[in-house]
Amino acid sequence: MADKESPALEFDDIGMIFPDGTETLQNISFSVDKGEFTTVVGPSGCGKSTLLKIASGLLEPTAGSVVVDRDRLGYVFQDATLLPWRTVLENVELLCELHGMGKSERRELAKASIDLVGLEGFQNHYPKSLSGGMKMRASLARTLTLKPPVFLFDEPFGAVDEITREHLNEETQQLFLQEGFAGLFITHSITEAVFMSTKVLVMSARPGNIVASFDIPFDYPRKPDLRFDAEFARISGEVSKELRGGHS
Amino acid sequence: MTDTTTESAPPKAVGASKPKGIALNLFPPILFGSLVIGAWYFISYIMLAENRRFLLRPPDKVLTEGFLDWGGTGGMSEMLQSLWSSTKVAGIGLFFAILIGLFLAVLMSQAVSVEKALFPFLVTLQAVPILAVVPLISFWWGTGQTSRVVVCIIIALFPIIVNTLFGLQSAEKGMHDLFTLHHVNRITRLKKLMFPAALPALFAGLRISAGLSVVGAIVGDFFFGRGEVGLGQLIRRFSSRLEGEELLTSVILSAGLGVAVFLLFTWLQNKIIGKWSDRAGLV
Repeated sequence: MADKESPALEFDDIGMIFPDGTETLQNISFSVDKGEFTTVVGPSGCGKSTLLKIASGLLEPTAGSVVVDRDRLGYVFQDATLLPWRTVLENVELLCELHGMGKSERRELAKASIDLVGLEGFQNHYPKSLSGGMKMRASLARTLTLKPPVFLFDEPFGAVDEITREHLNEETQQLFLQEGFAGLFITHSITEAVFMSTKVLVMSARPGNIVASFDIPFDYPRKPDLRFDAEFARISGEVSKELRGGHS
Repeated sequence: MTDTTTESAPPKAVGASKPKGIALNLFPPILFGSLVIGAWYFISYIMLAENRRFLLRPPDKVLTEGFLDWGGTGGMSEMLQSLWSSTKVAGIGLFFAILIGLFLAVLMSQAVSVEKALFPFLVTLQAVPILAVVPLISFWWGTGQTSRVVVCIIIALFPIIVNTLFGLQSAEKGMHDLFTLHHVNRITRLKKLMFPAALPALFAGLRISAGLSVVGAIVGDFFFGRGEVGLGQLIRRFSSRLEGEELLTSVILSAGLGVAVFLLFTWLQNKIIGKWSDRAGLV
C-alpha cells in the first residue's frame, strides 16, 4: 500500500502489564493498511484479545501507543453479543441507532447488511431461535452497518463447528474483498489464518510478542479447496512450527 | 436454514394433541383436589364429634353458608366488599413497592458505593418482623388505610429490589464492551441494555412481590381496623365468633386474590418477554 498514507491501524511498541503484575504483551509493533487482512495466531492466554482491546480503546496499554480512527471502528466479539430482546433486524440496527442515525436510514443499511451476510428471511427472528453460525452472521452484519475502515475480529468463529467455520471464513473473505477494510483477525486456527489473510503474525506465549511474520501469497478470491493445496500446507506447517516455538 | 425446518415441526405436533394435553395437565390437580376434599369431609364428619365440628366445617357448609349466603353481616356481599378493599390496598402497596424498588435498584446499579451503603439497611428492613413494627406504624400513620399500605410496601419491597438489581447487573460483559466502544452515555446504556436485560429477573421479583402484597394487605388489615373493612378484619371477626364457614370462605378468598395477582403478573411476563426470553411460558 502507498507509503505516503499513514496505515489504518498501527501498534507502536505496545506493552501491557495488568495491575496484578501479569505482563501480557511486550514490544508489539506492526501496522495494518487498508486492503490488508492480518491475522494474529498464538497460544491461549498470550494476550491476543488484549491486543484488540488495546486497539479499540477498551484497555489502555502500559507502554507504547496505537494509531487508529476509533469513530467507526468495527469490532466482532468472541460471542455474537446480540441483545436477546431485539430481533435480528433490530440488533443489526443497534450501532447506527447508538450513533444517532435516523430510523429509515439505519433500517435501510441494516437490511443491506443482512442481505450481505445471507440472513435475509430471518430479520424478524429473535436470537434464541438462531444457530451459533447465524448469530455470528448477524453480529457481522451489525458491524458492517457502520462501514468501518478498520475491522477487528476477536476469535469470532471459535465456538462454531468446523463446516460452519469454513463457510464463515469464505464469507468473511468475500466481505473483505467487497468492503476493502483493514482487517485484524485473532484466532487459534492456523488454517483459518492462512486461508483468509494477506499476512499471518505469530505471537509467543506470555508475555506475547510477535515472533514471526508470513506474507500469504495466494490470490483472492480464494476457493475452498485451496485448503488442500500443497503450498497452503507448507505455509501452514511453517506457521505451526513457529507457534510451537521453532520446534517441528 | 436447517434451524427453522426443525423448529417448525414441533408446534404442529403440539397443536394436534392440544385437547389431550390440556386434559393431561388438568387431571393431576383435579385428582389431588378431590383427595383433599375427601380428606376434609373425613375429618369433619368422621374424626370430629358434632360438638367439635366447628373446628373444621365440612366443604358443603362452607359453600352454602359461606359462598352462597349473600345477605346480612358476614354474608358474601360484605365479603366481596372486603375483598375489594384488600385488593385496593394490595394494588396500591404493590404499586409503591414497584416504584420505590425500581428507583432504589437503578440507583444501586449505577454505583457500587450506593449499593454498599444501602444494601445492609434493606436486609435489616426485610429482617424486622412486621409484628415488631406494627406499633411504630400506627404511631406514624394511624390505624387506617395508609398503615395497611405501608405494611404492604414493607413486605413486598425486598424481592423487587434484589431481583431488579440482579437483573440490571446481568448484561454480559461483551454487551457492555459493545456499548463502551460506541461511547454510549449512562442513560442510553441503562435504557437500551441494562433495563431490558433486567426484565426476566424483574418479573421473577414482581411475581413474588405480587403474592406478598396480598399477604401484606391482609396482615395490615388484621392489625389496623379503622375505616374500610378488609379481609383481615373479617378473618379476625369470624375467628372470634367461631364462625367456621365464613372464616374458611374468607381464607379461600384471600388465597384466590393471591393466585389472581400472581397469574396476572405471569401473564404480563409472558406477554412482555415471552417472545425472546427462555422464561417464556413459565407458570
